[in-house]
Amino acid sequence: MTFLLRRLLWTLPILLGVLTLVFFLLHLVPGDPVDLMLGENALPADREQLRHALGLDRPIPQQYGRYLLNAARGDLGQSLHSRRPVAGLILERVPATVELMLGAIAVALALALPLGILAAIQRGHLLDSGSMLFAVLGAAMPNFWLGPLLILVFAIRLDWLPVNERGGIEHLVLPALTLGTGMAALLSRITRAALLDVLGEDYIRNARARGLGRWRVVLRHALRNALVPIITIVGLQVGVLLSGAIITESIFDWPGLGTLLLEAINQRDYPVVQGCILFIATTYIAVNLVTDLLYGLADPRIRVP
Amino acid sequence: MRRAETRAIVLAALLGAGFLLPALLAPWLAPYDPLAVELAAALEPPGAAHWLGSDEQGADILSRLLYGARVSLLVGVATVALSATLGVAVGLAAGYLGGWWDQALMRLVDVLLAFPGLLLAIALVAVLGPGLANVVIALSALGWTGFARLVRGQVLWIKELDYVLAAQATGAGDLRVMAGHVLPNVLSPVIVQASFAVAGAILAEASLSFLGLGVPVGVPSWGAMLAEGKHVLLEAPHVSMAPGLAIMAVVLGFNLFGDALNDVLDPRRRQDGRG
Repeated sequence: MTFLLRRLLWTLPILLGVLTLVFFLLHLVPGDPVDLMLGENALPADREQLRHALGLDRPIPQQYGRYLLNAARGDLGQSLHSRRPVAGLILERVPATVELMLGAIAVALALALPLGILAAIQRGHLLDSGSMLFAVLGAAMPNFWLGPLLILVFAIRLDWLPVNERGGIEHLVLPALTLGTGMAALLSRITRAALLDVLGEDYIRNARARGLGRWRVVLRHALRNALVPIITIVGLQVGVLLSGAIITESIFDWPGLGTLLLEAINQRDYPVVQGCILFIATTYIAVNLVTDLLYGLADPRIRVP
Repeated sequence: MRRAETRAIVLAALLGAGFLLPALLAPWLAPYDPLAVELAAALEPPGAAHWLGSDEQGADILSRLLYGARVSLLVGVATVALSATLGVAVGLAAGYLGGWWDQALMRLVDVLLAFPGLLLAIALVAVLGPGLANVVIALSALGWTGFARLVRGQVLWIKELDYVLAAQATGAGDLRVMAGHVLPNVLSPVIVQASFAVAGAILAEASLSFLGLGVPVGVPSWGAMLAEGKHVLLEAPHVSMAPGLAIMAVVLGFNLFGDALNDVLDPRRRQDGRG
């Protein structure tokens, strides 16, 4: 219980720090942010109106206080472009990003588990070297190159899969592959290493000595214990996925948070930019918190903050 | 041990010949002006006139690739220089001085690390505007945290070692002990980290430029070239090939070089004779 409480309390200053940084983001704009948003030819009355709407005409401590209070209530301001509440715009886009990330995790596990298992069993053989090569190349391959290559091969040349719209599962395949391959590369190495660790344990030797088949021992006994580090890495990789989703969404015109953020940047719609950044960072903090708590619950040895 | 050294030397030579020299010598090596617009020669496939083909504007892809290497090199080196300088200073101060300094600096690191991956850089470039200097600032804003954590961790045990305690006992001031006795002993892991960080910065710059948030429009950058290639994927897939391969090769090169350096410089491995 103290672990839970301490870990929760630990998150509060981080959250406040993130809020503060996002608040000052708008004040980093060189020159007058209002000029940048409206352009230099805007009417003075419009400028004053926007300055007032954004609260920029108040002293900074007052702006900051109001911003914190609003954020605590889930009020992230209003879009300059569509005049709609930022929180609503963000929530509309969340399902698409979550779908993409879950797809990527599924792809990563589907590729990495078989590769890692085969590499561990065939240690030192051709399959092991092959999976090592996949891990090294997959980690170095930028997803903004992999995505177009996948489109070229599977959508344009072979015409097997659709692109550029969200729909059934077939629409998810290429974006999920694009986002998930880097993670698969890392996970396949983790799976191999975790399995090799477990395969050296006495109880595995016992199981083998009892005459159980090799595959049965690996899949039923060893893999179950190797899953802890694998699941931990999946949790830790959520940040990489969140950041990678921005690029993947831009490649496939996927209507998620990433495209919302990029559209807002292009339109200089700063309340939406701030809202998206704040939302993604907060989600990341929450996922880290949950990963840590689950890990602490699963393994009593690791109950330190 | 000798194998690791050979590996490091071969990788350094490959990076030098395949990336560093072409980037430095781009003005002399490039067969064409990388910014030339020649619509009559647009989207030509690789051939005798244009070895790697031409892009939508008719510009020579090989020439743009060579000039793009300069952008990657500049951003990679400048980002790592800035990040490492700041990170080492912060890590030294936090680890050596401890107490309130350590708490404050490390909480700042925690806050910055709450922005996953490129998010902080995207946010900063969004407000600062595109441009090479802004990209370097944006990437360094997060980049220094890795160096700071690494150095702090090293300093925490080095400062308890006898020779540091001896220096303190002779009355040497904090600054002198940190700079003269602690710093030289944290440099090996910093150098290894720098190699990985160059790879990370090159990839991050390419990502930002791909999103249209990196270098200004027109400047040849590998990421921007990939973004242009995406529009003509159907009729001219060759436009995407060269910059994609270049990014992958250079990132892979610096990562493997970092691994090899780690094997060479890590004293534990040296004693074991492994590597």
